[in-house]
Amino acid sequence: MLAAITLLLVYQLAGEVIAQVFALPVPGPVIGMGLLFGTLAVRGAVSDELRGTANGLLQHLSLLFVPAGTGVMLHFNRLADEWLALLASLLVSTALTIAVSALLMRALMARGGADEGRES
Amino acid sequence: MNPVTPRLGEIWVYLSASPLLGLTLTLLAYQAAFWLHKRCNGHPAANPVLLSVLALVAILWATGTPYATYFEGAQFVHFLLGPATVALAIPLYAQLARLKRLALPLLATLVAGSITAAVSAVAVAAAFGGSTLTQLSLAPKSVTTPIAMGIAERIGGLPSLTAVLVIITGILGAIGARYVYRLLAVKDETVRGFALGLASHGIGTARAFQESEQAGAFAALAMGLNGLATALLVPLLLPVLAR
Repeated sequence: MLAAITLLLVYQLAGEVIAQVFALPVPGPVIGMGLLFGTLAVRGAVSDELRGTANGLLQHLSLLFVPAGTGVMLHFNRLADEWLALLASLLVSTALTIAVSALLMRALMARGGADEGRES
Repeated sequence: MNPVTPRLGEIWVYLSASPLLGLTLTLLAYQAAFWLHKRCNGHPAANPVLLSVLALVAILWATGTPYATYFEGAQFVHFLLGPATVALAIPLYAQLARLKRLALPLLATLVAGSITAAVSAVAVAAAFGGSTLTQLSLAPKSVTTPIAMGIAERIGGLPSLTAVLVIITGILGAIGARYVYRLLAVKDETVRGFALGLASHGIGTARAFQESEQAGAFAALAMGLNGLATALLVPLLLPVLAR
């Protein structure tokens, strides 16, 4: 577990350094994810230890958003003033994004006839 | 006077100055929320993030604790978002074969979904009279918190407001996606996961993992890719967005 956590942190650190050096708009952890994905694709295998640690971390992914979410208390005033615009925007945009993405992807996959498990 | 009361007060003063309390409260609130979520048979409306945040805000408000004090403890949980993001490479790698086959549909969906998310959020807020600052803070709302905050800062939004809007978007997507999918008869796990991860980042991804490993992996992929796409597209769309 220790080795796997160290590995994850090393990739995150590498991602952060790359983001800083090249002044990329993308945050370090996302670059780290890309680097690790590339490494795994080249090596062609994941160690059991890394898989176990990743599963442990991702099993409660929701927990990791709680501190940032609690920051809602800093914005009560703005939320009270603009709740209608915010609520309408978030509801419409989230539903629309899911719908557009799902419909487009389904149509493109059907055209390619590429994947299994699709409804007929 | 009761001698216990000042002692308790002293203990409170000591504890509220240490990060232990914020950290412990976060874990307790989350576990209680998760327990309730399971008691509701995993119903998406009993979202663990939503329930935890409501409980924590109520506790902090009732005890008059500032968010900054709470965050001194909660930052240890917050920090794990970084390594967890990196760890998403592992479920993603498990889908490598399917990924290669679907590269083109995924890329086209990504660009269309990313633009839809940013433009519709800003347009609807503008139509309902939202301020420019609010509109700009909304633009990156579909991507994961650290990326969204970075984008908000770059385009002149309010990063801490964006963080909150991101979380609400995640919760809305996690709760609402099943209704959209039912309406449109979307059954493919790959599509369900990818669209949810694209619109609702990590919270949507966490929800997709509850549905299936495959949906979760594609949600994680969409989240990562949309982080990249939105970081590149939103600054370019800015002249259209901010009018």
